[in-house]
Amino acid sequence: MFDNNKLEEIKTSVESWEKEVVEKSISRFPERKQNFTTGSNGEVNRLYTPLDIEDLDYNEELGLPGEYPFTRGVQSTMYRGRLWTMRQYAGFASAEESNQRYKYLLDQGQTGLSVAFDLPTQIGYDSDDGLSEGEVGKVGVAIDSLKDMEILFDGIPLDKVSTSMTINAPASVLLSMYIAVAEKQGVSKEKLRGTIQNDILKEYIARGTYIFPPEQSMRLITNIFEYCSKEVPQWNTISISGYHIREAGSTASQEVAFTLADGIAYVEAAIEAGLDVDDFAPRLSFFFNAHNDLLEEVAKYRAARRLWAKIMKERFNAKDPKSMQLKFHTQTAGSTLTAQQPDNNIIRVTVQTLAAVLGGTQSLHTNSRDEALALPTEDSVRIALKTQQIVAHESGVTETIDPLAGSYYVESLTNRIEEEAMNYIKSIDELGGAPKAIEKGYIQKEIQNAAYRYQMEVESLERIVVGVNKFQIQETDKKELLKVDKTVEINQREKLKVLREERNNEEVERTLKLLKEKAGTDENLMPFILEAVKAYATLGEICNVLREVFGEYQQTVIL
Amino acid sequence: MDRPIRVLVAKPGLDGHDRGAKVIARSLRDAGMEVIYTGLRQTPDQIVAAAIQEDVDVVAMSILSGAHNHLFPKVVNLLREEGVDDMLIIGGGVIPEDDIPYLIESGIEAVFTPGTPTKDVIEFITNNLRR
Amino acid sequence: MVLYLNIEERLLKGDKRACARLITMLENNDKEAVNILKRVYKNSGNAYVIGITGPPGAGKSTLTDKLTKELLKQGKKIGIVAIDPTSPFSGGAILGDRIRMNDLALDRNVFIRSMGTRGSLGGMSKATWGAIKVLDIFGCDYIFIETVGVGQSEVDIVKTADTVLMVMVPNLGDDIQAIKAGIMEIADVFAINKSDLDGADKTKVEVEMNLDLNEEKDYRPPVVKVSAGQNKDIDILLDKILEHREYLEKTNELENIRTRNNKLEILKMVEEDLMKLILDRAVKEDLLENLAKEVTLRETDPYSAKDEIIELIVNNE
Repeated sequence: MFDNNKLEEIKTSVESWEKEVVEKSISRFPERKQNFTTGSNGEVNRLYTPLDIEDLDYNEELGLPGEYPFTRGVQSTMYRGRLWTMRQYAGFASAEESNQRYKYLLDQGQTGLSVAFDLPTQIGYDSDDGLSEGEVGKVGVAIDSLKDMEILFDGIPLDKVSTSMTINAPASVLLSMYIAVAEKQGVSKEKLRGTIQNDILKEYIARGTYIFPPEQSMRLITNIFEYCSKEVPQWNTISISGYHIREAGSTASQEVAFTLADGIAYVEAAIEAGLDVDDFAPRLSFFFNAHNDLLEEVAKYRAARRLWAKIMKERFNAKDPKSMQLKFHTQTAGSTLTAQQPDNNIIRVTVQTLAAVLGGTQSLHTNSRDEALALPTEDSVRIALKTQQIVAHESGVTETIDPLAGSYYVESLTNRIEEEAMNYIKSIDELGGAPKAIEKGYIQKEIQNAAYRYQMEVESLERIVVGVNKFQIQETDKKELLKVDKTVEINQREKLKVLREERNNEEVERTLKLLKEKAGTDENLMPFILEAVKAYATLGEICNVLREVFGEYQQTVIL
Repeated sequence: MDRPIRVLVAKPGLDGHDRGAKVIARSLRDAGMEVIYTGLRQTPDQIVAAAIQEDVDVVAMSILSGAHNHLFPKVVNLLREEGVDDMLIIGGGVIPEDDIPYLIESGIEAVFTPGTPTKDVIEFITNNLRR
Repeated sequence: MVLYLNIEERLLKGDKRACARLITMLENNDKEAVNILKRVYKNSGNAYVIGITGPPGAGKSTLTDKLTKELLKQGKKIGIVAIDPTSPFSGGAILGDRIRMNDLALDRNVFIRSMGTRGSLGGMSKATWGAIKVLDIFGCDYIFIETVGVGQSEVDIVKTADTVLMVMVPNLGDDIQAIKAGIMEIADVFAINKSDLDGADKTKVEVEMNLDLNEEKDYRPPVVKVSAGQNKDIDILLDKILEHREYLEKTNELENIRTRNNKLEILKMVEEDLMKLILDRAVKEDLLENLAKEVTLRETDPYSAKDEIIELIVNNE
């Protein structure tokens, strides 16, 4: 991209600048620290020049927005055409209360819904199960049956909103409930838009809400791919996630590597199940973290896009360009929020928002300032939403596409992250792919090591966290936090009792029996789950049937 | 103390976030302690059974799901029922300050919230053992 | 402390807390614990000890979990001692074997104790011997000792267990290493775990071939393919272990082995106490330190230095 002679000139001037100007400056005022690093501990030089990207081929490696390898963005007009979806993850306590929060957010200008379920729901337990004690409604909304789902979306037209559901192991059940609710609203499946997270591999790696063993979980996932490609064509059937991997402590390169390795595993599973890559790949989506180091994050997203495009084209022979596009949702990094001086978090989230936007995300969730301690209050969540709106409309970064391209630093970083990620993926391939690597604990060990290193850096003050290890104050100002109390659990139990009395229990039994039978075969389970859901079988009842047939995942922990 | 301090690091309930528990376990190990880590999804019964069989000096529970007000006191009570009165019981995770007095009253000796340096935990354990 | 008053009675009654506390006391070299053991030792002898060894990652914990479940079906009481390496730098340890035995935590008939090697090099901790006795008196019918897989001659486990089970996995390359390092001779039963993997049959053949070379013994260790993760063929493995027990009992070998092990244990304790005695005196007034310096300066030699120290004991007792 650069003229060789000019490069030589630059090389000479940089060398003499370092020797004369910089040396002199440093001998009088040494630099602030010994080592300058990215948020992921990567080395950062004093200065970047064309020399650092002298081999960069614009057309091959950057290209144009909406065109392979999509480094600069997956759409040709990006935010000039349409801003990212402002999609705040929300849900807590009961379906009634969550429904109210959703309506509030839609009123406030949010453009898509994102449902947070409580832990019992995510792990396939009803609110009255022994293991659900103390957990009902705490980290999200409690959904025990179709009845709760109907309340959750009451008054919300499912043909007009797109809904993202953060649900993994029992995704098939919740998706079926969503379809059933839409049907009652008179909305056909073809019109439904949204996403289910449905990424079980990262559950084994970093998030922990698994139910069934890997093989059977993959079966359910490919069942969903197949079912939706025919019946719910606008639905994004998986959100291959790196967010949690990063939250668990990984570096930026690892976030890309382990996420794409998981993606590779899903594509391989679907192909093995007989699907054609271009039939399902366009509906694959991703979910990344937006961490503190703005420039590293931007480079990370660009590297991920380029790498995935290459993988889809070269490794899987995809023909449809849509199969090669890495579309992603982003959430600002929860683990960077501090309990100390919570208002500081608003600023952190702003920086992280800029990172995600400059990186070309398709949708974004911004964390609220009080989330180091509890689920957000209405006030806090409003500020989080406003952050997105101000960046979108007042900062100017959305006026043009991929504005940081061409920066010597950002392009170097993009190259470096892509290379590091590729090396990790190669190692994982050697271990037999992501599922095997997880079984062996390779991915988990890498993440833990990075997490421990990070903590030691914070404690040794190598890494500053404002308000926590530097610039602390005597905390006195306490804000109101959201509280979810025990009445939710009590009410859900009541509701379940009533449901079990009022529904047609014969029908429930029949559909569950049929599901159990089919689970032992190779058939696609979605239609049978949908039937059971419509008969008002509870989430726990359906999952227990599957537990009987599939067994439960046994954790392997390597510390 | 010329023998290693034995600590049970436990994750009660359904919460699957173990980054903190693992970092703590490692730092306690590096400080010379023997750490028994039992993994995710521990019921209060399982935690108590492990604590008793391993005869630990410390039970350290980590929870980020908001279920601490229910689960922490449950573990304390079960231990008491079994006649255990010489274990230091501590907790950590996403726990609002307002909840801490209730937890302390229930028998949790200290609650370590986000941002606590690991060396504070190590110091607290070393200075507050009950045996 | 209330505990001390009737810890013996509680142990004999099968109280888990008393069992756990006594093991702790032995781990900490508590003299009171040794006195208690002296008093209740005659109540031991019922437990059969199975040592489980093998390279890291072979699946020892998962296999122990499954074998235990099989024995529980027969109404047996099981003790498990799971040993993990202590860090030589910090003196600490992560004891993580319980994770693979979560189901057993609440079973009334199972007692699981995790221990660090605490400086011992043979794959077991010194206090393991004490723990075994306590578990025996506590009422265990079977005690599993899960050692750290050091990959070399695991001398300690042979001096302790009645049956030694070696767990291997296909394709680790350790199969060849094991054969070379001579570990083959110490095992009474071989389990090829993760039998669903390619190479399981090949590994079995290699092990069998090596056993062919040891023709002298009239007991030939069986080689069993299992999959702990899939709970496959565990009953067959257990049968082989119990067959070995039968063999030992029928030929009176069991008593011989145990007597030999007791001899080794007594010797080891004598060695330790003597060593302590000597070192105490040698370190007192820096005798050892000064002698070492003199040796460096060639004012004396190491052999004479040793003689001087030995004389302390011989003369002072």
